[in-house]
Amino acid sequence: MSTNRHQALGLSDEEVLDMYRTMLLARKLDERMWLLNRAGKIPFVISGQGQEATQIGAAFALDREKDYVAPYYRDMGVVLAFGMTSRELMLSAFAKAEDPNSGGRQMPSHFGQKKNNIITGSSPVTTQVPHAVGFALAAKMEKKDFVSFVTLGEGSSNQGDFHEGLNFAGVHKLPVITLVENNKYAISVPYEKQIAAEKVSDRAIGYGMPGYTVDGTDPLEVYQVVKEARDRALAGEGPTLIEAISYRLTAHSSDDDDRVYRNREEVDEAKNKDGLYRFEAYLEECGVLTEDAKSNYIKEIDQIVNDATDYAENAPYAEPESALKYVYEE
Amino acid sequence: MPVMSYIQAVTSALKEEMQRDEKVFVLGEDVGKKGGVFRATDGLYDEFGEYRALDTPLAESAIAGVGIGAAMYGMRPVAEMQFADFIMPAVNQIISEAARIRYRSNNDWNCPITIRAPYGGGVHGALYHSQSVEAVFANQPGLKIVMPSTPYDAKGLLKAAIRDNDPVLFFEHKRAYRLLKGEVPEDDYVLPIGKADVKREGSDITIITYGLCVHFALQAAEKLAEEGIDAHILDLRTVYPLDQEAIIEAAKKTGKVLLITEDNKEGSIISEVAAIISEHCLFDLDAPIQRLAGPDVPAMPYAPTMEKYFMMNPDKVEKAMRELAEF
Repeated sequence: MSTNRHQALGLSDEEVLDMYRTMLLARKLDERMWLLNRAGKIPFVISGQGQEATQIGAAFALDREKDYVAPYYRDMGVVLAFGMTSRELMLSAFAKAEDPNSGGRQMPSHFGQKKNNIITGSSPVTTQVPHAVGFALAAKMEKKDFVSFVTLGEGSSNQGDFHEGLNFAGVHKLPVITLVENNKYAISVPYEKQIAAEKVSDRAIGYGMPGYTVDGTDPLEVYQVVKEARDRALAGEGPTLIEAISYRLTAHSSDDDDRVYRNREEVDEAKNKDGLYRFEAYLEECGVLTEDAKSNYIKEIDQIVNDATDYAENAPYAEPESALKYVYEE
Repeated sequence: MPVMSYIQAVTSALKEEMQRDEKVFVLGEDVGKKGGVFRATDGLYDEFGEYRALDTPLAESAIAGVGIGAAMYGMRPVAEMQFADFIMPAVNQIISEAARIRYRSNNDWNCPITIRAPYGGGVHGALYHSQSVEAVFANQPGLKIVMPSTPYDAKGLLKAAIRDNDPVLFFEHKRAYRLLKGEVPEDDYVLPIGKADVKREGSDITIITYGLCVHFALQAAEKLAEEGIDAHILDLRTVYPLDQEAIIEAAKKTGKVLLITEDNKEGSIISEVAAIISEHCLFDLDAPIQRLAGPDVPAMPYAPTMEKYFMMNPDKVEKAMRELAEF
């Protein structure tokens, strides 16, 4: 039996099982969306497969009642953990009126849901970094005990908004946690053609904040580093930059063919280190996840995904003229 | 009623709004301790402290973007771009983000930010301290663009911008800051965004303009009145979205329309005003719509000869008004 690492982090068996279940749900929803796309039922998918461990580890280290998240487009795991439902995600995939992210206005995975503290996002990358810093500035000004949490890919960390936002947060010691989900590719361009520094986290020193690089396929490692960052932020010690290294198991999106720029051996090797199944193995080894429980989860999630798909497929689109609404306050 | 300069009106609007609502704060380069390079935020640091008169790093996209984040949270940020010319690094934040937040979230989120910036030339500012940038933003539904012409309007409209639940760009003519003075009430008042204002009633020709050019048109109108030419002057005040009703009414009133902007001519605010008049007033017009604008060169040169050539002034306006009256 392997060492119980989660207890040492203060995580109960129930909590780690909840983490596992959420990771599995994110994976299964994502896989279903690809099937729906290939079947011609939804026009577009952009995936988080391979990054669930990073996303769930981080989200569970936050206060999901109080903290605000500014996710990027691969963060299905983060938004599930923050309360978005499977039906809601499918409504977005099908661009239906009831989609809480945008009512079918935006492409899927452009998350936003005020009641769950999920800040609305766009397609130009990294614009969300200054927004998260703005939420953290508000927390400091209003003396509120929440942090903001923002994610992005490693390629996006080249954008000016990354630099401008993190520098601002560093100068004013704001309670914001920036998580770079380094999945090693910005569409087709690998890390070494994007960033000259050895690690994304090396950049932290320039912004006057601590920087950490962790294994993004290990949810417990991510949990720990985010938890510590959150504690520092609430203690007034300012922001943290975290880089979690994982691998993008799918093509960039449903419109991309990754065979053009990376070989199958590399992808297969990454699949062998898939964080979801490694966490599953860990939970089995320490006796937290039984064979019965696992098959119950799989059955339950299969039902949830089917229900979400049916519900969203049958839901109505927005009325055409509703395209005119909500340009300004009404 | 006290007389105030245009910039004093701006400062007093900021100060009163910050006193009224603790969520209101200003952020930008040099807006804190120094009180702004033009002194628009003078005294706010002393009265409201470091965070409500926040000196930011020199990075315009962060000034806009951090403000947008704070606004989504529920604050009322008033971000300052030191010069309108330097707003360009923040365009992605303003257009891709602020303008679209309500729409893209299907009304779930909104972004009540005000972004102030001094614009305009005639101050030896050369290419990058003289520009009018309103046309860059004037086809972006979701934004409102306000450009007041008087101290009274500046105060009432800035208060309205701060209280507005959507993003407002607020462009102040930097030459107007100390050139223009006027009566400004001491008590709280708010002017409506989206409404043009008749600055002079007249019956012979209609002038439609905004910003400092309103002042030039008023000066020219007084001179032409001595010659028996009676000009009707409509101040757009909000240049996006435009007050179509007021434009149509003003154009129909005299049937002779002169549109004026300090900006380059092609694709300017007055191009859209001309289109509105063509659509709605063809059979009411007694002369072709006239446009008086800056030349289509990138921006205003530094040397006084060339600057004067580019810059709008009362003489150019007077000449164009007389020609139209005589048509």
